[in-house]
Amino acid sequence: METKEFLKQMVEETGVSGFECRVAGLISRVFGEVCDDVQRDVLGNVIAVRRGEGDGKRPSIMLAGHMDEIGLMVTKIDERGFLKFTQVGGIDPRTLVSQEVVVHGREDVLGIIGLKPPHLMSPADRNKAIPMHDLQIDVGMPVEKVKELIRVGDVVTVKRSFMELGKDVVACKAMDDRVAVAVIYECLQELKKLRHVADVYAVATVQEEVGLRGATVSTYGINPDIGIALDVCHAAMPGVPEQDTAPMGKGPSLAFGANIHPKIYERLVEVAKEYNIPFTPDPTPAGTGTDLWAMQISRAGIPTGLISIPSRYMHTSVETVSMADVKMSGRLLAYFIASIDAAFVEGLLCY
Amino acid sequence: MLLKRLSEAFGPSGQEQDVRAVLQEELNDYISEWKRDALGNLIAVKPASSGPRVMLAAHMDECGLMVTHVDGAGLLHFRKVGGLDDRVLVSKSVVVGKKRVAGVIGAKAIHLQKPQERTQVIPHNSLYIDIGAKSKEEALKMVNIGDYVVFDTKFGEFGTGMVKGKAFDDRAGCAVLAEVLKEDYSMPVYGAFTVQEEIGLRGAGVAAYAVDPDLAIVLEGTTCNDVSGADEHGYCTHLGGGPAITVMDASAISNKKMVAELVRLAEEHNIPYQFKRSITGGSDAGRINVSRDGVPVVVVSVPCRYIHSPVSVLQLSDFEHTIALVKLFLRSIEGGFRV
Repeated sequence: METKEFLKQMVEETGVSGFECRVAGLISRVFGEVCDDVQRDVLGNVIAVRRGEGDGKRPSIMLAGHMDEIGLMVTKIDERGFLKFTQVGGIDPRTLVSQEVVVHGREDVLGIIGLKPPHLMSPADRNKAIPMHDLQIDVGMPVEKVKELIRVGDVVTVKRSFMELGKDVVACKAMDDRVAVAVIYECLQELKKLRHVADVYAVATVQEEVGLRGATVSTYGINPDIGIALDVCHAAMPGVPEQDTAPMGKGPSLAFGANIHPKIYERLVEVAKEYNIPFTPDPTPAGTGTDLWAMQISRAGIPTGLISIPSRYMHTSVETVSMADVKMSGRLLAYFIASIDAAFVEGLLCY
Repeated sequence: MLLKRLSEAFGPSGQEQDVRAVLQEELNDYISEWKRDALGNLIAVKPASSGPRVMLAAHMDECGLMVTHVDGAGLLHFRKVGGLDDRVLVSKSVVVGKKRVAGVIGAKAIHLQKPQERTQVIPHNSLYIDIGAKSKEEALKMVNIGDYVVFDTKFGEFGTGMVKGKAFDDRAGCAVLAEVLKEDYSMPVYGAFTVQEEIGLRGAGVAAYAVDPDLAIVLEGTTCNDVSGADEHGYCTHLGGGPAITVMDASAISNKKMVAELVRLAEEHNIPYQFKRSITGGSDAGRINVSRDGVPVVVVSVPCRYIHSPVSVLQLSDFEHTIALVKLFLRSIEGGFRV
């Protein structure tokens, strides 16, 4: 499958943190086509293995991209069948107004988070952002029918189709972080053309948006020699300081700092230079806000690296990414993996 | 379904040609005479020699945006066309210009905001449309300054007996009018599909001048705020209650005898009806009412939740009942009507 098509299918599928089952099924199937084995762990992480060459003990590299997405959860069905809700993950309530949503009940139910029309809106009200507790979902059904289909605790996603903007940019909900799963897929495709001695564990993690929990247990389970996380970073856009962003379409952003093993960062940079893959260095003094934060302190400690894909409008329903960045990030990751041998892994313990 | 095609048509105020094309195609077999005017109104004429000259009006235009500036990063800045609440714009997909270029209106990521920012409305003049262009030059190959923009919303079934889509204000009225025009009447009927309602009722005035009707009925998709949390006296209209008859709004006071006749017919034929219970907002009736030496008007509307936003909702029974009531009214005045 083309990586873009895989990304489209993933972002249009649902998988709110803790409820990743549907998107996990898709990812398991597609990863299965390019890996030797695919497993699910207790929390729901999808763990695919592509084995390296040779019969001896091989280095192991874990790749983690989280497949969960932010969403909403139904907290109340009122006497008229309107739904009150809370958030799963960090959501700006201003992005929810006038949005079509899908309530994942016994079946998928279309809903609308409506706004009072301007004709009836007082000027004072017009100047206030509406807090989440004043928003509600209209599903257009009598309350008895609503209660048949929907229960408190059901999760909700914004309804959005995959869009292609211009020649290179694509937009949808859940690009954070399914684009990382697409980069891993791109890398696995690339690895078919390369020789690598390392075993590659391609992991689509769960529950990143609510506390990096999938990465915590999958890293423990795999206990890799090297852990690489893939996530989105903020792409350059008006109103955001340049130093907090990376340009879109100019390759991945490579973070360095306490959360990243210096030799892995150096190797990523060397490989990028060798293969003429552009990148943006991203000095990160402390936490990266990614799965990597949990991966690094698994068991007795894991050497880590981070590859980030620039994305605009993170945590809205129109997150954008560049397909050129996906391609370049996937290639960089594959060449990095091909460069890893036992000696490099041994060197990671020598500071 | 006609309402689907009308709802999905691209037609902000001043650029109604797609809507016009849908209507002409739909009514081609029923209408022998079309009138067009300098503003773009489309008037379907059903001539007859006797009886009152009736004008029916529904506006084709919808609220939208216009591209006013393309910046160095290839992002499109815009102004609003019609009364859109700034808050409905964030995190939406849109369609830009004649080439129907796809775009998104994003917002700064929540991670980069201060908590107090989240309580503030993002004004439309600090939002922009991203079409994936990386420079001004690239953007200008895809779009032009002055291009109109509408929300990218698909029409579809919703809930129980409802549909959702953009621009039900007033494509619902256009669809009602089109259905009404498929029948023949013994008096002259002028079906005016008007332009520029959302920016000041501008099309209806010139259409009424040209038609010079004895009486006029304006067909609308109107405000309906019958949702949880709203005070019942502020609903304005409610879904499922049948066509909403306007007694008075900010633009016109309906003719009392026309209102009474609509009520009489609805009751006689067991058609549910309701009065519009808000006097804010206006309609094309405001201009038609004061055309030439005055025209008696009444407004009959399909209640629509969430108008002036990317997605509105109506109940199909209200839509059907509105068509039925307007047809009954026309039949009842075929022999004449004393206002």
